[in-house]
Amino acid sequence: MMARWSFFAGLAVVSLTALARAADVPQLVLDAQKQRIAAIAKATRSAVAVFANNGNGGGSGVVITPDGYALTNFHVVQPAGSYMKCSMADGNLYEAIIVGIDPVGDVALVKLLGRDDFPAATLADSDRVQVGDWCFAVGNPFLLATDFQPTVTYGIVSGVHRYQPPSGTLLEYADCIQTDAAINPGNSGGPLFDAAGDLIGINGRGSFEKRGRVNVGVGYAISINQIKKFLGCLRAGRIVDHATLGATVAASDDGRVLVSNILESSDAYRRGLRYDDEIISFGGRPIGTVNGFKNALGIYPKGWRVPLVLRRDGKEQEIHVRLTGVHATEELNKLMERRPRPEPQPKPDQPQPDQPQPDKPQPDKPQPGDRPQPGDRPKRGQPRPLPIPQFPPAERPGQQEVKIPPEIQKMIQPRTSFANYYFNELNRDRVWAAAKAKGDFGSLGGVWKLNGQLQAGGKVEVTLGNESSQGAFPAGPAKVEEGKDLDQQLDPPGSGGLLAALHVWRQLLVSGPQKFGDVYYYGTAPYANVSDLADVLVATRNVAELNLAFDPQTGLLAAAEMTVDADADPCELRLSDYRDVNGRQFPHVVEVRVGDRVWGVIQWSQVELATAEAKP
Amino acid sequence: MIRLRIVTCLASLLLALLLHLSAHAQGSFAQTIDQVQPKIVKIFGAGGLRGLEAYQSGFLISGEGHILTVWSYVLDSDAVTVYLNDGRKYQAVVVGMDPRTEIAVLKIDGDGLPHFSLEEAVPLDAGSRVLAFSNLFGVAFGNEAASVLKGAVTAKTDLAARRGAFETNYRGPAYVLDAMTNNPGAAGGALTDRRGRLAGLLGKELRSSLTNLWLDYAIPIGEIATPVEEIIAGKFRPMPRDENVKKPKEAHTLALLGIHLVPDFLPKTPPFVEGVKPGSPAAKAGIRPDDLILFVNQRVAPSCKQLADELTFIDRLDPVKLTIQRGQELIEVTLEVE
Repeated sequence: MMARWSFFAGLAVVSLTALARAADVPQLVLDAQKQRIAAIAKATRSAVAVFANNGNGGGSGVVITPDGYALTNFHVVQPAGSYMKCSMADGNLYEAIIVGIDPVGDVALVKLLGRDDFPAATLADSDRVQVGDWCFAVGNPFLLATDFQPTVTYGIVSGVHRYQPPSGTLLEYADCIQTDAAINPGNSGGPLFDAAGDLIGINGRGSFEKRGRVNVGVGYAISINQIKKFLGCLRAGRIVDHATLGATVAASDDGRVLVSNILESSDAYRRGLRYDDEIISFGGRPIGTVNGFKNALGIYPKGWRVPLVLRRDGKEQEIHVRLTGVHATEELNKLMERRPRPEPQPKPDQPQPDQPQPDKPQPDKPQPGDRPQPGDRPKRGQPRPLPIPQFPPAERPGQQEVKIPPEIQKMIQPRTSFANYYFNELNRDRVWAAAKAKGDFGSLGGVWKLNGQLQAGGKVEVTLGNESSQGAFPAGPAKVEEGKDLDQQLDPPGSGGLLAALHVWRQLLVSGPQKFGDVYYYGTAPYANVSDLADVLVATRNVAELNLAFDPQTGLLAAAEMTVDADADPCELRLSDYRDVNGRQFPHVVEVRVGDRVWGVIQWSQVELATAEAKP
Repeated sequence: MIRLRIVTCLASLLLALLLHLSAHAQGSFAQTIDQVQPKIVKIFGAGGLRGLEAYQSGFLISGEGHILTVWSYVLDSDAVTVYLNDGRKYQAVVVGMDPRTEIAVLKIDGDGLPHFSLEEAVPLDAGSRVLAFSNLFGVAFGNEAASVLKGAVTAKTDLAARRGAFETNYRGPAYVLDAMTNNPGAAGGALTDRRGRLAGLLGKELRSSLTNLWLDYAIPIGEIATPVEEIIAGKFRPMPRDENVKKPKEAHTLALLGIHLVPDFLPKTPPFVEGVKPGSPAAKAGIRPDDLILFVNQRVAPSCKQLADELTFIDRLDPVKLTIQRGQELIEVTLEVE
């Protein structure tokens, strides 16, 4: 008993002395500080200061891959153009070029040149971020990083899953992270890190009103989880659009989220969504409010298929909806051609306007091009993208034409619908090379004879050729001729154009993307029979558009979808059971689907692929 | 044996203290914030015109649905809508307000609602770390959570010291904060210590007319606990009036007092004085055009209609005591018909 007593007494004494010393600085605080220093040191290494070559100000960014891909804001690169300078904390200035842009989400992907061992930020899971978590922004506020040293501002997460409606015509921040870490002009495009120094978002917006265009404790970051979904499409060098459902929603009196309007030409309608259906979940997220739905929708790129659970008459039903674009392609291209005029800038040393400006246009007024939706929240001061700070005129290099070094000029290829077509070709060729490694059909330009069985019973015989293809199906014969419009040759009936799809598929395999015609790399998207996100090529031939999904792990083509009418379901081929044919991997099972229906599953038992006849 | 227990107790206490320290040294505020958020409400009412936001913040101070907020034009509406943190929507009644501290108490129908207890509010010193909960910029709607900012009390000082510079009715002590807590819509929000204990009420936006500086501050709960009690107890209460009270045969009227109000064209037109009849009781009492009448015999008169109505309860032979706001001054005058 005595021993125990003294043990406890001893413990108390030890603890008390520890506490007495801790009164200076407790070890835990020192440890926490050490952790914070380490996190900041790690995070700042990947931060980038973006400077436009033409003197049009700049912003911030963050490197996310060792080969130099970096994220920033669209509204930072828009005035900077396709070629810019980026400084990093290592004291080096790197040349950088534009890769892809997401103008609605205000994200841009650029590539820093000159190294393949850039310090890259670790991407966190931003859905796990909680209000109250410590976070910090690293960046180039007021273009202070001319000494290459980024500025670090610390704060907490003030809100998560914030929906910030479109400002002007384009930028919509869905599902964003709100922070009280100081976000100022120049922080645009810069990283927001969690306490461990992992990337949770890209800063880009703030609520400013009466206090002028400086931080008022309310900054917004695009969540990194949203950007992860767009990354594949950004790497494609494209101008990427956000998605809409083809339907609007509104809250009912009892607080349910109901379909208030739906386009009959939309995929959602074809999948069975109707007016007044209740939306239970979208993309796996439970939906309780209109803003919750906009958050869930706003994180997807155009063209993705997303699961949606609806409730009608008390019954729940899951459908997979292919999302269409917020804008028509031409509309988005046109918007991109308009360059914004740089705003008049407050000087960094006197950032606040002298007087409040009650007469300036109120951002909460409806703007032309806004997409007002039923159930929109009450009017309020809308946050705005952070202004792009400018150097004072004395320090500004003259506005002369920027000379791009020829070796860099080669990597900048402007093209309609693309931010930089160079990266599209790069990825198209990468995907094709991986597929070709599994099977090069380039020399097999002769007739392909495929004989097989439908799983449900019945023989299938197909002869695929350059000028025409024939097929014999249980439903009857079918024929496709190259010279005629494919949308008039959709036999066998009900298949959505199976023979035409096989015909075009063979043409592409034989001729390759360069010779086939217009083939571009879409980026990455989820496909039912690919475990990761699939690499997707889009090939246009005749009136048909072919979407080809490649499994990034195997390089093999996993699915091909042929669309001949944008308002109708495509013919979808899911290819599997790849087996060797003359040293090439060839799919021996083709599942044919139209909409939600499986038309049939064909198993090829005999595959003959003839070489091209030698031309006389 | 008793000693042993004491020591065991002490040891575990120290352990708890150390664990606690560790949580605060490096941990997130997420848990603390989760406990506070259910007590914060979003208030929507009048406004929506240029520069006048139609929203502010508040927090529950009783399980039955009393809400503390600031007194502002947002409450000048027949329909003051309150959203709880979980998205439940209520129409609130303005129980009363105190013009000196510029606070108001609202009431929604509720039972067992999560709330702060004013008696448990903590005083803060300069240097204390704080969290500020509010719906600044109206960022949150429906079931979306209020925004949280972190900061520290940089000074505890008298707002009166800034008389003439900062236009405010409140002249008492205030916590000056180093976080940008006082944004549009933030007024009425809660200031807590870093353990989520209530400490203050975020004040209205204040801007120095001399330096254009915006002040981020909160009013210590200790300064407003009494007026809140008074409001809940029935003082400053506009409604309801006991139905059995009889009106006098000959009551006061505005005309008789010599007060001409602004045209009454809104559902709740604030009773601003448009003109005063020379030689009238109002003129003798020194009432001037642009004065805003707040109280009639200690009863709130939030609109022209209600002011006229209040007067019908006062006999002409009795004096009328008016509380008036002139600029940022509060003035009490007594009017008598000779």
